[in-house]
Amino acid sequence: MSFPWAKQYEPTNGVMQWLDERLPLPRLVYNAVGAGYPVPRNLSYMWNFGVLAGFFLVLQIVTGVVLAMHYAADASVAFGKVEHIMRDVNWGWAMRYAHANGASFFFIVVYLHIFRGFFYSSYKAPREMIWLLGVVIFLLMMATAFMGYVLPWGQMSFWGAQVITGLFEAIPLVGAPIKTWLLGGFAPDDAALNRFFSLHYLLPFVIAGVVILHIWALHIPGSSNPTGVEVKQESDTVPFHPYYTAKDGFGLGVVLIVFSLMVFFSPNTLGHPDNYIEANPLSTPALIVPEWYFYPFYAILRAFTFDFILPAKLWGVLAMFAAILVWFFLPWLDRSPVRSGHYRPLFRKFFWFGLIPCMAALFYLGGAHAEEPYIMLSQIATAYYFLHFLVILPIISSIEQPEPLPFSITEAVLGSDPNAKLGTTAAPAA
Amino acid sequence: MIRLIAILTGLGFAGVALLALLFGIGPAFSTLAEHGRFVAPTAEHEFHKKAHAPAAGFSFSGPFGRYDEAQLQRGYQVYKEVCASCHSLKYVAFRDLQALGYTEGQVKALAAEWTVPGIDPDTGETTTRKGLPTDKFPSPYANKIAAAAANNNAIPPDLSLMTKARKDGSNYVYSLLTGYQAQPAELVEKFPASKTGPGLHYNPYFANLNLAMAPPITTDGQVTYADGAPEPTIDQMAQDVAAFLTWTAEPKMEHRKQTGVAVLIFLLFATVLAYLSKQQIWSGLKRREDD
Repeated sequence: MSFPWAKQYEPTNGVMQWLDERLPLPRLVYNAVGAGYPVPRNLSYMWNFGVLAGFFLVLQIVTGVVLAMHYAADASVAFGKVEHIMRDVNWGWAMRYAHANGASFFFIVVYLHIFRGFFYSSYKAPREMIWLLGVVIFLLMMATAFMGYVLPWGQMSFWGAQVITGLFEAIPLVGAPIKTWLLGGFAPDDAALNRFFSLHYLLPFVIAGVVILHIWALHIPGSSNPTGVEVKQESDTVPFHPYYTAKDGFGLGVVLIVFSLMVFFSPNTLGHPDNYIEANPLSTPALIVPEWYFYPFYAILRAFTFDFILPAKLWGVLAMFAAILVWFFLPWLDRSPVRSGHYRPLFRKFFWFGLIPCMAALFYLGGAHAEEPYIMLSQIATAYYFLHFLVILPIISSIEQPEPLPFSITEAVLGSDPNAKLGTTAAPAA
Repeated sequence: MIRLIAILTGLGFAGVALLALLFGIGPAFSTLAEHGRFVAPTAEHEFHKKAHAPAAGFSFSGPFGRYDEAQLQRGYQVYKEVCASCHSLKYVAFRDLQALGYTEGQVKALAAEWTVPGIDPDTGETTTRKGLPTDKFPSPYANKIAAAAANNNAIPPDLSLMTKARKDGSNYVYSLLTGYQAQPAELVEKFPASKTGPGLHYNPYFANLNLAMAPPITTDGQVTYADGAPEPTIDQMAQDVAAFLTWTAEPKMEHRKQTGVAVLIFLLFATVLAYLSKQQIWSGLKRREDD
């Protein structure tokens, strides 16, 4: 589906016409990210992060494929192979630093993309499917990143794998056999390293597949926008190309500058020094932490220190998975007819003074030592996290009085819309 | 219905987290009242020192910093004459030493000063031979067991990546080498259990304050530098070997930074162009009437 005023693809030369008649690939691209896709004209820079996430997915696949050419998933040589890449392979250091920091930047842009979705309720009808597929992508990214971090076979690789697969031990009765089955042994070793490598190579392509579904689903209702008012007329939209290709191009430039500063001038800042020590099953690091992008969920895991009916560890594991799974239900928990946080005074307060500080705290606490006062703080932040999504959001969306919406995107941008009838405000888009 | 289940689930998780808080808050605050901090103080908390840079800093710090070849050569000499008797450097090859400013011929001669394991071409028996530029630095011990046996069970770690395997690694190596001292009497008085044990040496820069390695650089002039080099004081030798180990951990640093400068110049230029073209493309659209 598209808007009736969407431009139709017209081949400009014989070759494209020949191709388009036999395989309408040019038409597909034209309608997906070309002039054939009408997009709301009022998107802010917060709408850049989808394209940026796509860029980092491609970057990760390209650098990853090259790294795989020089790597070997064998516990006795893996660590040395990474050093071989860093020292002997032409531009190997650049590939590896781009891949390691690329993972971090992929998560940075995806987190911003997700929080854009939270604030503007991008998950609401008719965009539920886009949101659900997005959460699936996020889960796949977490699995991929976790397995990728094991491959250099440093101390954090080994002990991270030990801790994360150890979470399954919390499952009653079958927990220990599941952990052994996942690892192919009682502790991470060759079997685990090989299967993690295999899956680390596979999952990015699964992600790419789900990304295609995510974009396909997006093109049914079209992009959301900062007012949350649906597109009504042609003056509300501009063609994706050249308007948003140009805007995304600028955004990409800015992000690449920051990315290059990290890759070329501070490539190990986002990593952990312990991962430059080869894996040693006999020596436990003083502090085992995952990569920074898992910190909020790691903080939630460690916040449960009290055996209440179930063992504390099981509570932690359940809460950690639940923390992401609740996102699947957002479209049905937030029942406000208004999408954008700009027109939802109560929601906005809880977003900026509740959710954002809570997430910032969890990001910090997940990397801290498991000692006081960090444990108490992570318990408070964890409690708020669940209350926010599961209690506060359903309640405020029922009691809140939203502010008046503009009649249309055109009115929001231009100050008035000739099509708006005097004295009427638009019914909230449902 | 879904909202009711959600509210109950949310209250459940939040409730258990707060219950855990309730049971932890008492002990935490009684520790706070007793010690003035949430965690009972330990010797590490109070006496561990952060690594610091040498007085003149390192030539390679900062976005444009480069290695000082003469310093790396001196550091190599310290490694060879002091560290190499216990510590391996297994990811570094002799051929890499050309980056220190040595010619191909000099590298050949330097490699030949080392003895590496080999195989007798006539009998096939293991033997030793002179090092070649293609060889990696040989390990001082035949295997881990030999390393442990010779060092009171504390295996001397490989040094190839040491400056990346510790926080603030270059400064850490320098601080550790110059940081050996007698254990403060105050520490022993306050934490009798943390008294430095037999076979260990007190060093406030080491994570748990006591390490198995005896002070390796003990006297000025321990290594004889070539004419024209700075005086081989303890401080100078520690700086030089820290610089050398920074190079062994990150041999491509200069190439990386140079590439980074070129990449940034390109990206800044491209991003300005992207911004201007974005402005031009969007300027055709009608804006707010009161603009």
